[in-house]
Amino acid sequence: MAANKPIPPKPLSFPGGIHPAKDGKSLTEKKAVVAAPLFDRYVVQISQNVGAPPKLVVKVGDAVKKGDLLAEASGFVSVPLHAPTSGVISAVGDAPGPMGTLVPAVYLDADGRDEWTANRMAPLDWRTAEPAELKNRVRDAGIVGMGGAAFPTHVKLSPPPDKKIDTVILNGAECEPYLTADHRLMLEQPEKVLVGAAVMARALGVENIFIGVEKNKPDAIDKLNELAGKYGVKVVGLKVQYPQGSEKQLIYALTGRCVPEGGLPMDAGCVVQNVATAAAVCDAVESGVPLIERITTVTGTPLAAPGNFLVRIGTPVIRLVELAGGVTEEPRKLILGGPMMGFAQRSFEVPVAKNSSGVLLLAASEIVQYDSAGCMRCGMCLRGCPMHLSPGPLSMLIENEKFDLAAQNHVMDCLECGACAYACPAHRPLVQHMRRAKAEIRKRAKK
Amino acid sequence: MSENCNNVKLPSGDELILSSSPHIHDNQSVRKIMLKVIVALLPAAAAGVFFFGLPAAGVILLTLASCVAAEAIWFFLAKRPLSPLGDCSAALTGLILALNLPPATPWWVCVLGGFLAIWVGKQVFGGLGHNPFNPALVARVALLIALPAALTTWTPTGIEAADSEFELSTYATPLGKAAMLKTTATPHGSAHGDIYAELATDDAYWNYFIGNRGGSLGETSCLALLIGGIALMLMKLIKWQIPLVFIATVGVFSGAVHFFAPAMTPPALFHLMTGGLLLGAFFMATDMVTSPMTTWGCVIFAFGCGVITCVIRIWGSYPEGVSFSILFMNALVPLIDRMCQLRPFGYVRKKA
Ligand code: SF4
Ligand code: SF4
Repeated sequence: MAANKPIPPKPLSFPGGIHPAKDGKSLTEKKAVVAAPLFDRYVVQISQNVGAPPKLVVKVGDAVKKGDLLAEASGFVSVPLHAPTSGVISAVGDAPGPMGTLVPAVYLDADGRDEWTANRMAPLDWRTAEPAELKNRVRDAGIVGMGGAAFPTHVKLSPPPDKKIDTVILNGAECEPYLTADHRLMLEQPEKVLVGAAVMARALGVENIFIGVEKNKPDAIDKLNELAGKYGVKVVGLKVQYPQGSEKQLIYALTGRCVPEGGLPMDAGCVVQNVATAAAVCDAVESGVPLIERITTVTGTPLAAPGNFLVRIGTPVIRLVELAGGVTEEPRKLILGGPMMGFAQRSFEVPVAKNSSGVLLLAASEIVQYDSAGCMRCGMCLRGCPMHLSPGPLSMLIENEKFDLAAQNHVMDCLECGACAYACPAHRPLVQHMRRAKAEIRKRAKK
Repeated sequence: MSENCNNVKLPSGDELILSSSPHIHDNQSVRKIMLKVIVALLPAAAAGVFFFGLPAAGVILLTLASCVAAEAIWFFLAKRPLSPLGDCSAALTGLILALNLPPATPWWVCVLGGFLAIWVGKQVFGGLGHNPFNPALVARVALLIALPAALTTWTPTGIEAADSEFELSTYATPLGKAAMLKTTATPHGSAHGDIYAELATDDAYWNYFIGNRGGSLGETSCLALLIGGIALMLMKLIKWQIPLVFIATVGVFSGAVHFFAPAMTPPALFHLMTGGLLLGAFFMATDMVTSPMTTWGCVIFAFGCGVITCVIRIWGSYPEGVSFSILFMNALVPLIDRMCQLRPFGYVRKKA
């Protein structure tokens, strides 16, 4: 396969992209991960993975132990859900979801004892375990892409037989401004990340493993490098450029290969996983721990003490805000995820999900208003677009509802990374336009 | 802990702003860009006032004011809000137009120019972003064609008047002098090409560099234009490909012609330092609205500007060709951009 030939030397970067001047990382990059205390109540959303939502197996009044199954996988593209602590199911009902709507969730009132279940999975020796065994373990632990995508990890580890995978890539770029959770993870628990990478490589039967880390995290690169040799992992420092952590851009930076238009990483012979996902895989395999907690950056200038916290899945964001010292200035925007691709929330009650890499608060002065002022054809969006689209002209087509033309001009390739809107001096809402066109085109294709 | 952390209230659901990502912005705006370009032009404007005296300051202020007034009147007549005036684009157009006018342009020409630029050059097309041609250049060329006398009456600089080496009939621009020398010199008498010698002395070059020569108000001082132009390039407010390729093309083209036919045209350095090349290359060809958006498009656009400039200067009936070349290439921008549009990252040609 021609696409699979690496083109040396590695680009270590990709064409296009932007360099946010104020990346906000200094708020938390020096803050070591602190384990959050046990809270009274957890709200675990049932659907936390892309694909089929898992099927509930508990009912109100049930007592559960930490790690007990709350819901079981309901198909291949689906993962089970586990109890973050021991306690009683006090309700099953609607809770504020990450997309602003109400979503079904399990309310778990903690009993404060935090007792492990008796059915805990046994540790596996990954060096001798069968690939199938490892994949099953990854699924049973409920692991999904923790960088934001929430795509079930075991599915990525089971490519169709006609796709030849020869490289596993760990995404440690953490190119989103403000977020430092992955940075701290790589710095504090490098071994977990590396083991997770090796496990996934074994599951896929490949030997080529890369970790791409943006060069603004030299300490993490050093730490990983100390141990990387032991696991056959190559640590590669990448140019600081947004969106370096986007799969297609990362693959190009590390291997020189391009994912064909409309294709997936496996079409370029690669599987890309986030470093946090790798650490979760390590926990699942080495200690039999399902995915019930994660490291989340809780940050923003309104907070008194922003930091990185090890939090249970289902922790309401309000608890984290309190944990970060509360606010000293009124926040006007609450974002789950990073500032470039995260989602604005309407409630502090929204719980942390498996893919919540960050909780970001913005003050009134930091909030950008996009309006539909005219495009002045400056071309800044073109130069920022990592997919080589022409966001400005595209947005004008979309404003005039010329969706066919937009499709011809490859709007479907848009990553919604926001680089264009970030750079647009006319403050045009370019990402909204792209989203609208993509939705509209998908709708028409279905008809 | 309750909802009141540190005595600051957490907003309730309705008070949280919901909007789509990205949630942060470069903090650049159209107004900021325009203001920065205006600041970058101030050295050139100051040089103009220094060399040509106070009337030049009058031309600048009047042209600028009439552009802003023209835009305001247009909005008023169209019953539109006046807020877009705040983007300062009209003021920038006014300043650029002023720098392209002779230093002693009559007041009514300045006012007419301002209205031409904003009304004919910009608003009839739909305002900022929709105009295919650089508005200041539209006005400049329209004036040049309609009122050639007013637009080609050059003033001596304060210094040149005292100790000019040139005793030609008028205090023409260096390019004008070169054109005159070319037509008056007998073709056989000056086969060695030294007919331009007096225009290309070290002294003359020094004067071109600092701006001590006849010409349009803001085009004379290479020094001042370079300061502003390079600052804009460093701030990435103009696409660096445009000035570089434009200037290099003029240099190579005119240099080659001079090399093979010295009597045809003065040396390359003379071409680079005189006329409106630097003003045009740094500040007019780079106009965001009317230059290509694609990187390779910029290269082609600037190359075209350079070639047309030289062709007009060497073979045309006007001594200067920068304005015409930019306007002509402006017309081709949509075509160039289409040609140079990149394929999407990872594009694969569909197999038939
Ligand atoms: S959001 Fe889409 S159009 Fe905009 S820069 Fe990213 S990929 Fe390009
Ligand atoms: S950055 Fe904004 S103003 Fe500039 S071309 Fe793109 S959409 Fe138009």
